[in-house]
Amino acid sequence: MSFKFDTLALDTFMDLELLILQFQKKDVKAYEKLYNMYSNSISGIIYNIVKDSNVTQEITQDVFIKAWNNAASYSSKKGRFFTWLLNIARNAAIDYTRSKTNKQSKQNLNSDFFVDILETHKSLDDSTNAIGLKDIVSKLTEKCKSMIELLYFRGFTQKEAAEELDIPLGTIKTRNRSCIGDLRTMLGV
Amino acid sequence: MDIKEYIASGILELYVAGTLSEKENEEVYAVIKEHPEVLQEVISIERAILFLSDAAKKDTPYSFSRLQKKLNGNAPKIIPISKSKINWSQFTGWAAAVLLGSVLIYTVNQNNTLKTQIAAEKQQLEKQIDKASNNLAEAEKLIEVFRDKDIISIPLAGQVASPNSYAKVYWDKKTNSIYLDAKGLPEPPKGKVYQVWSLKLAPLTPTSLGTIDTFTADTNKIFAIDNPNDSEAFGITLEPEGGSASPTLEQLYALGAINAAP
Repeated sequence: MSFKFDTLALDTFMDLELLILQFQKKDVKAYEKLYNMYSNSISGIIYNIVKDSNVTQEITQDVFIKAWNNAASYSSKKGRFFTWLLNIARNAAIDYTRSKTNKQSKQNLNSDFFVDILETHKSLDDSTNAIGLKDIVSKLTEKCKSMIELLYFRGFTQKEAAEELDIPLGTIKTRNRSCIGDLRTMLGV
Repeated sequence: MDIKEYIASGILELYVAGTLSEKENEEVYAVIKEHPEVLQEVISIERAILFLSDAAKKDTPYSFSRLQKKLNGNAPKIIPISKSKINWSQFTGWAAAVLLGSVLIYTVNQNNTLKTQIAAEKQQLEKQIDKASNNLAEAEKLIEVFRDKDIISIPLAGQVASPNSYAKVYWDKKTNSIYLDAKGLPEPPKGKVYQVWSLKLAPLTPTSLGTIDTFTADTNKIFAIDNPNDSEAFGITLEPEGGSASPTLEQLYALGAINAAP
């Protein structure tokens, strides 16, 4: 007798909370489920920062080992589980680029946005997915592309994003809301 | 609070991005607990970001098995089974039957002694818990009693089916019984009963502790229930009269895990 995960959407509150509880009890099976839910997105975030497939794979693994070792420090009160992973991933990737730029010549962090990655996506496996998304993303305004890049892919604070985009700090919340709204309409979520 | 306005403010998008302060995060979490529509909104926002970041990945997915080798978790141990020429199955069959028989007899005996032993204690505790909800001083005294008796208290939080519900379980491991304070649950609708579950988390296994058939009649809403399980969490679901074999997740009213370190 056990709960039927497959017959229910995984992201209902209850299921996800239980999976996370199990993960915090060091249940490898539960962690595998969480890994399968989030590892692609997390490595997408990392790739967007480091721009190297091998390095991305290494850092992704580091992130998930770190999350496992620090499982007890996560609490749903502090935010979404995905957001927690996102933070670990962005920090790890940025740390890597910093250490690299120290050793080599300076690297412009802003040279490639996630939109450019979608445009040059060569993978055949999920090409339909990527092409569809490419169309969708190309319909976003330039401001929205930058907004999403800074807030989600790079982990800028509201203040940093406002400065970078040269808009008033007070408008970040609502402008971002409308950008994500456009994206959601196009994605149908 | 105007929930539509709250959602429209854009705070949830920043919540998912992770740019809110710790205090703001806790506030959003409190609102999510109260309003399922806010949770739905958060999930949709998260899904949009998941789509986008997923597509920014260039190569094929990384397998979990490579990672797993580096995790020091409690993966199921593999016990090798060696073949032998003796017809072990026959011996094992008999051995199992004898073992099962003696365990059964032992359990019945144990159960009877325990029942008589704890009957008085149960009554007394139920009275005490009842008093406690009326009187803070009494409650403090009760806490002392609970401490002495090594009783674990587990709060059960309301879930999506009934976010405002709550309950509390007092677990006396010594006597294998729990005292469920279910005052924070609404009256069950006609033809439905609450069913209490003991949960093991790894792997997730629910064990029914039975239904609460006297919920409406009971005035103090404190129920003493046998629990011989090594529980890791407790849950309460709303089920058709007579109870169900496995819990109906959509009707999960309250859930709480035991925090004690193993």
